[in-house]
Amino acid sequence: MANETKNNEMKYSQMYPRSGRSTALAPGTDAPDFSLRSTPDQSVSLRDFRGQPVVLAFYPADWSPVCGDQMSLYNEVLPEFQGLGAELMGISVDGAWCHAAFCRDRNLHFPLLADFEPKGEVARRYGVYRQGDGVNERALFVIDADGKIFWSYVSPIGVNPGAGGVLSALERLQERGQPAKQAQQAKPEEAIK
Amino acid sequence: MKTESTIPLSKLTLPVGKRDHIQGPITAPKTLLEYGDYECPFCGAAYGIVKAVQQTLGPELCFAFRNFPLTNMHPHAEHSAEAAEAAGAQGKFWEMHDMLYENQNALEDEDLARYAAELGLDVPRLIREVETGAHKKRIREDFMSGVRSGVNGTPTFFINGVRHDGAYDYDILLAAIIEAEPLRK
Repeated sequence: MANETKNNEMKYSQMYPRSGRSTALAPGTDAPDFSLRSTPDQSVSLRDFRGQPVVLAFYPADWSPVCGDQMSLYNEVLPEFQGLGAELMGISVDGAWCHAAFCRDRNLHFPLLADFEPKGEVARRYGVYRQGDGVNERALFVIDADGKIFWSYVSPIGVNPGAGGVLSALERLQERGQPAKQAQQAKPEEAIK
Repeated sequence: MKTESTIPLSKLTLPVGKRDHIQGPITAPKTLLEYGDYECPFCGAAYGIVKAVQQTLGPELCFAFRNFPLTNMHPHAEHSAEAAEAAGAQGKFWEMHDMLYENQNALEDEDLARYAAELGLDVPRLIREVETGAHKKRIREDFMSGVRSGVNGTPTFFINGVRHDGAYDYDILLAAIIEAEPLRK
């Protein structure tokens, strides 16, 4: 029990043995647009969020222990993300019905997108698909209001990267003077419950 | 591309100080800080280990606890944290902290009130403070200080301000504390 974190890391490295360096799209690149299902009867397009920052959290799979922690953590930090005007979305290769069950179980308040058909297509375009393993990397992208990648980070697959890096990136983005819709109305400290 | 250097992952951004609940001298050469959730089973497992480490190190160790409730996953975590803080406002934080970790399967509001009574606290005051969220702000401050410092789950330990990424069974945690670099304040 005490070794849970290390055990998870080991489970992941055994399950997803493909190694090699990630080729995630770099800051300054235009974020490829996509339209993916967020629920069995709804789709989400990246371009709909033009004018505000977007956080894309690619992750390997619903239900696996580290992802659960990562998505649950982001769920708790959602007020801070929103206070900085950002929209958060998780993306994995799981289908919309699977996401629906996972969201309900974890009580998630942000959308999980199904990169399901063609499998992993969006992750491939962002350079964070693990070809041999058939799942996404655990990768984070912060996209600015103009649709350009501002910050990206690829974590070892078994390690929950936390939320600190995303928050710092969103704050730097705000300092740079990006128009952030809600940020003009609510300062981050006011968003703290 | 890797941009790891831009993530301040492993350093504690809010040093242990007057605002914190501590056991042991604040001037102790070693400080162990836990970010924990009262409903998290792993924190429950760590509870006894921390006690044992405290016993071994005595006045050499300052132990501090900050709240990191995952409230959507653990429906009783927030009220439990608030009850511990409310007990703290009456001078019995650690008594309630221990009570909660020793009774992780009974954290309903009625249980919290019962523990308050058993500890001889002003029960109506504690209930009022939990109901009005009197300590919510402080708990959120704890939580966000953890997020900023790279806490990614519970429990997360910091030893002299550096995140402890290894396992936390007794031998490993004790060895990590003994080997830790002196705290630079």
